[in-house]
Amino acid sequence: MRKTYLKNFLLIAVLILGQFSFAKEKEEKHGDESHGKDLKTEIKEYIQHHLQDSHDFSLFSYTQENGEHKYVGFPLPIILWDNGLKVFSSSKFHHGETVAEVDGSYYKLYHSKIYKTDAEGTINYDEDHHATNARPLDFSITKNVVMIIVTGLLMLWLFTSLARSYAKNNGVPTGAGRFFEPIVLYIRDDIARPNIGEKRYGKYMPFLLTIFFFIWFLNIFGMTPLGVNVTGNIAITFALALMVFLITNFTGTKDYWMHQFNPLGDSMPWYAKIPLYIILVPIEILGLFIKPFSLLIRLYANMQAGHIVLMSLIGLMFIFKSWLGSPLSFGLAFAISLIEVLVALLQAYIFTMLSALYFGFASEEHEHDYEAEVAH
Amino acid sequence: MEKLLEEFSLGLFFWQTLLFGLLLFLMWKFAWKPILKAVNDREDGIKDALAAAEDAKKEMQNVTADSEKLLKEARAEREAMLKEAREIKEKMVADAQEQAKAEGDKMLKQAQAAIESEKKAAVADIKAQVATLSVDIAEKVIKEELSDKKKQLKLVDDMLGDIKLN
Repeated sequence: MRKTYLKNFLLIAVLILGQFSFAKEKEEKHGDESHGKDLKTEIKEYIQHHLQDSHDFSLFSYTQENGEHKYVGFPLPIILWDNGLKVFSSSKFHHGETVAEVDGSYYKLYHSKIYKTDAEGTINYDEDHHATNARPLDFSITKNVVMIIVTGLLMLWLFTSLARSYAKNNGVPTGAGRFFEPIVLYIRDDIARPNIGEKRYGKYMPFLLTIFFFIWFLNIFGMTPLGVNVTGNIAITFALALMVFLITNFTGTKDYWMHQFNPLGDSMPWYAKIPLYIILVPIEILGLFIKPFSLLIRLYANMQAGHIVLMSLIGLMFIFKSWLGSPLSFGLAFAISLIEVLVALLQAYIFTMLSALYFGFASEEHEHDYEAEVAH
Repeated sequence: MEKLLEEFSLGLFFWQTLLFGLLLFLMWKFAWKPILKAVNDREDGIKDALAAAEDAKKEMQNVTADSEKLLKEARAEREAMLKEAREIKEKMVADAQEQAKAEGDKMLKQAQAAIESEKKAAVADIKAQVATLSVDIAEKVIKEELSDKKKQLKLVDDMLGDIKLN
């Protein structure tokens, strides 16, 4: 729904911009044909590159007069497991331009991935143009890991100071706490309590709060010019969803598991249930995995899509070099940015809300069982 | 799907899990626990304060009702006392009037009795004086009548005539 909305927006943008800049582009096409194509490819590659994790923290790069690429930023540590632990700085790769030699092994950065190569840095390809070189286990502190650490430290600082301000001010928050306290209370009163239940919500609260602020802050960081895309990375969302999956199933009550394997209960005799259960039980078990899977895909796809749309709109500026293209592109990018700020909050909310809902299912103890016990 | 799997980085997954777990633990211990506790304490405090205020209100209402009752009682008592006083006053006035009247009657009677006895005495006195005067007058008259012999003889004759008549 949202994606189609964005798509429509993008389509309209392209159509409008296309109309105005068509004439100009046609003019330029004669002399600038090869360059124009390069630019489009370059933008596409740039976006693709931005969406991926990076082994160094570069804020921006430019090309000097002599054709040399200059990167502004700082290198990050590379940690590899390749017959022993290997730690070195990512500056050795020179942004993929050179081969790094560590303890007699050669590594090359290719499309943001580290491959083991020979001394010349040859990359072998299969017929689909995929690199076939061996890949060492890569535990590097990448840009995303740095952002996770930064976000974690920020959260710790913010919320421990909020906790301290309660102690100091006799239960009244101060400063940023005044902004964050209502959100904490909202998660407690409008997400955890109604979905999990008054008696059991307490033990899930720390996880729900942590995951909400973690996703929200990282989504917001994705909007900054730092150019990070942490929550739009499948490994991150997978890790988050896996945690939800594990917590859901490890805190599952007897009722929850009974529901998985005996969804109809005692409502009909066992011989009537057999044909139904051949279909029902696999669906229920599949559902166990589909729920967290939907979480991971939803967050990933939304953040990824947001970044692609935003960067495409900004990229339009460089493609349509008309006097109208840039302001329009800017205006659209600005509008989409505002929507993305909302989406950043919304996705964090949805992830937390659905996690709470799943926890609620898992920890539910059916009321009618109690009633039955009371009646006997 | 293939693109997703290709994008998946084991290293990032490892760090995310490790760091998020650590973050969760630290936040749990140092942030969420004290924050939720403080918020709960505050809410309990507010609830208690509200309950206390409600109690105080009820107490106040009771006190007001009590004082009103007292006031009513006092007013009734005052009313009763005033009524009693009025009755006493009326009774006293009535008594006094009665007593005065009785006294007056008594005095009047005494006065009348005194006047009566005085009158009787005066009448007796007058009677005595009249008798004396009459005797004196009679004496003088007789003296006058009997100053010459003829008259004396006439009288004797008259008297003797009277006796004859008897």
